Amino acid sequence: MQPELLTWLIPLPPLLAFGLIVLWAYRSNRLSHGLAVGAMTVSWAMAMAVFVIALGRQHLGETPIASAIDWIPTGATALRIGVLIDPLSAVTLFFVAWTCLAIFVYSIGYHNFGKPRDDHDRPGLPPHAGGIEPMYARFFAFISLFAFGMLTLVVSDNLLLLFIGWEIMGLCSYLLIGFWYGKEAAKQAMVKAFMTTRVGDVFMLLGLAALYSVTGTLNYRDILYNEGVLHTLATTSSGILGLSWSGLIGLLLFLGTVGKSAQFPLHVWLPDAMEGPTPVSAMIHAATMVSAGVYLAVRFFPLLTAGWHEGEALTLPMTIVAAVGAFTALFSATIAVAQNDVKRVLAYSTISQLGYMVAAVGIGAYVAAAFHLITHAFFKALLFLGSGSVIHGMEHGVHATHAHLDAQDMLNMGGLRRRMPLTFVTFLIGGLALSGFPLITAGFWSKDEILAHAFGTGQLIVFGVLALAALLTAFYTMRQITLTFLGAPRTPAASQAHESVTTMTAPLVVLAIFAVAAGWIGIPEDFLGLHLPFGNWFHAFVGGTLLEHPPALPFQWSPLLTSVAVASLGLLVGWWVYRRVPAGGPDPLVRALGPIHTLLRRKYYIDELYDVAIVRPAYWLADQVSYRWIDRGLIDGFLHAVARVALRIGSGLRQGFDLPIVNGFGDLVGNSVKFGGRALRYVQTGRIQGYLVIGLLFTGLLLSYFLLIRP
Amino acid sequence: MIPLSWYLGLSAAVFCIGLYGVLGRRNAVAILMGIELMLNAVNINLVAFWRYISPALVAGQAFAIIIFAVAASEAAVGLALIISIYRSRSTVAAEDIDLMKW
Repeated sequence: MQPELLTWLIPLPPLLAFGLIVLWAYRSNRLSHGLAVGAMTVSWAMAMAVFVIALGRQHLGETPIASAIDWIPTGATALRIGVLIDPLSAVTLFFVAWTCLAIFVYSIGYHNFGKPRDDHDRPGLPPHAGGIEPMYARFFAFISLFAFGMLTLVVSDNLLLLFIGWEIMGLCSYLLIGFWYGKEAAKQAMVKAFMTTRVGDVFMLLGLAALYSVTGTLNYRDILYNEGVLHTLATTSSGILGLSWSGLIGLLLFLGTVGKSAQFPLHVWLPDAMEGPTPVSAMIHAATMVSAGVYLAVRFFPLLTAGWHEGEALTLPMTIVAAVGAFTALFSATIAVAQNDVKRVLAYSTISQLGYMVAAVGIGAYVAAAFHLITHAFFKALLFLGSGSVIHGMEHGVHATHAHLDAQDMLNMGGLRRRMPLTFVTFLIGGLALSGFPLITAGFWSKDEILAHAFGTGQLIVFGVLALAALLTAFYTMRQITLTFLGAPRTPAASQAHESVTTMTAPLVVLAIFAVAAGWIGIPEDFLGLHLPFGNWFHAFVGGTLLEHPPALPFQWSPLLTSVAVASLGLLVGWWVYRRVPAGGPDPLVRALGPIHTLLRRKYYIDELYDVAIVRPAYWLADQVSYRWIDRGLIDGFLHAVARVALRIGSGLRQGFDLPIVNGFGDLVGNSVKFGGRALRYVQTGRIQGYLVIGLLFTGLLLSYFLLIRP
Repeated sequence: MIPLSWYLGLSAAVFCIGLYGVLGRRNAVAILMGIELMLNAVNINLVAFWRYISPALVAGQAFAIIIFAVAASEAAVGLALIISIYRSRSTVAAEDIDLMKW
């Protein structure tokens, strides 16, 4: 089959599965997950085929797999949509297909397929005693739609189709975060996620509109692979803040990334989104949605950096992007240190890692950002799914011991390595990849590349901030592993936990392999000053997406040593501090940090700040101004006035015209007919001879008239 | 030869007698007989006019014969109706048959 056609078909099976499940198959759980997983497998197979074809093509950057059709005619021209597989979308497609498939399979086990339905479970609440999820089919319908959104976004060749996939994912994330809508926290989280990302989306839409009005197209190749257009955009001023059009549009699109990828200050929705089922957390926070934000930033790297050349000082838009990314990386790493919920730690670590990628885009490290995007997707999906497995095991323990405790609180865990060995090993691999454990894990190579780039281009502030964030990352990751898996069980529930089913552990193993091996494709050629026999395949491949292939920086010892040092130090300290936390004992950091720990635990009071600064004023505005004043006063007042005037005119017409004239005439006709008939009826005597007399009389009269008067 | 006006006078007299019978008699059979008289008065007229004005043509006689036929069928239908009414109402008085009164 032609690769173009194959690419068109990639997103469609999950959409089909969604439709079939919603309309027809939802009664059967087995059929529903069969459809969803089957469709995802077909998509995965097509994605792998396209990926292999893309690998085999020489100069994929110059001659990508592309195909487009006219979609919406707009006067003389038409909006075109199409598919494009260039090196960047090829590698993105690769990791999206793998992680999505793993998550689909994992969901079967996570939602207790095969267990009987517990009569106490209600739709909208998590099953509390290991029974099958009451809304099992619905979940698979939603994640199928979600996968459709992401695959559409990845294969798209223009910003419009990307935006469509982007918004489909926004909807699905809303639906899936609030999947257990019976929980108050989930309800609030879904609204929060939707509203917060909407802020970014509005700016992104502005950027999209600006881009279309300036260039007349939204196609990636026409804009980003076109020196003339980029040059024009970079040199014409937009008249806003002294930015060029490329800078302005780049920043507006970047705000979309800020919302979707949960960068400061729009990061608040992501930790709350942990209320959803764990496969959803993995899907939204690792494989797809947050990756989509960074994918956008990486995709529009040429626009953001138009007019900038390797080695020059950063432009203003780039500085902003780098600052936001670096700040977010450090900021949320500090919060993650003080969280006790196993999923929340991962949520903040995700924000932090996304900050890494954004910072990498900001300092011009195009390839490093894409590299970290991919490795992170694998190991973060692994960690989330692993944490889901842990929670599942803990819930079993909680149920078995009839205890009332939080199955997600790490202080209630401990010693799980014996009870859940497979989960422990895979989680350990994921955790080490996240902290950048030297040489073997994927996270080390990608993170090291970002740090090396920051150091190599002289961005020492960014380098320092990211290195500090890396230290904290290693620390909180080891804290998590130590509290969860090492030591002795701190609660009876933890000692009763059990390993999860195969459908959950198999995806963990697959993802664990990628969490290690995905890093080997991007080992710098001159690593450690050696001349390795294989080149940096990833750099050469993804770098080909750009017009001007980014040069590989020469190897330097300082960033490598820093990277190794912070990772090892963080891991060591994390283990040392938490190696023996007693049952019921507080976090050792509480005493060490005092009020700072409270500040971190409460996430710098940003939620409270937003509540006071934005949410409450918005409510107040809605209630007092919009509702009472505008709606009740102005609009209702106007409507009431109109109603009163209409009533008056209507009653005037009724009294003055309808009753006397229209009704009067009608009554007159009726009455005259009635009285006429009443008067005339006496003629009708029923006597035949009477009629004959009358006939004779009139005949006589007529005869007299014609014979005598008109002879 | 007897002048035409005599015939017309006879015809008018017979017609008037018939008319009186129709309007004045109570018995429906008598009314029917009055109608016969009126029709025959017309016949006298027709035959007289034919004989005195256009004896070469046959139209007058033809009209007279058609009227005989009409008179005969009218008498048959009328009598049948009267018998039918008599069977249901036991009367043939015209003023008692007033179902169509208001």
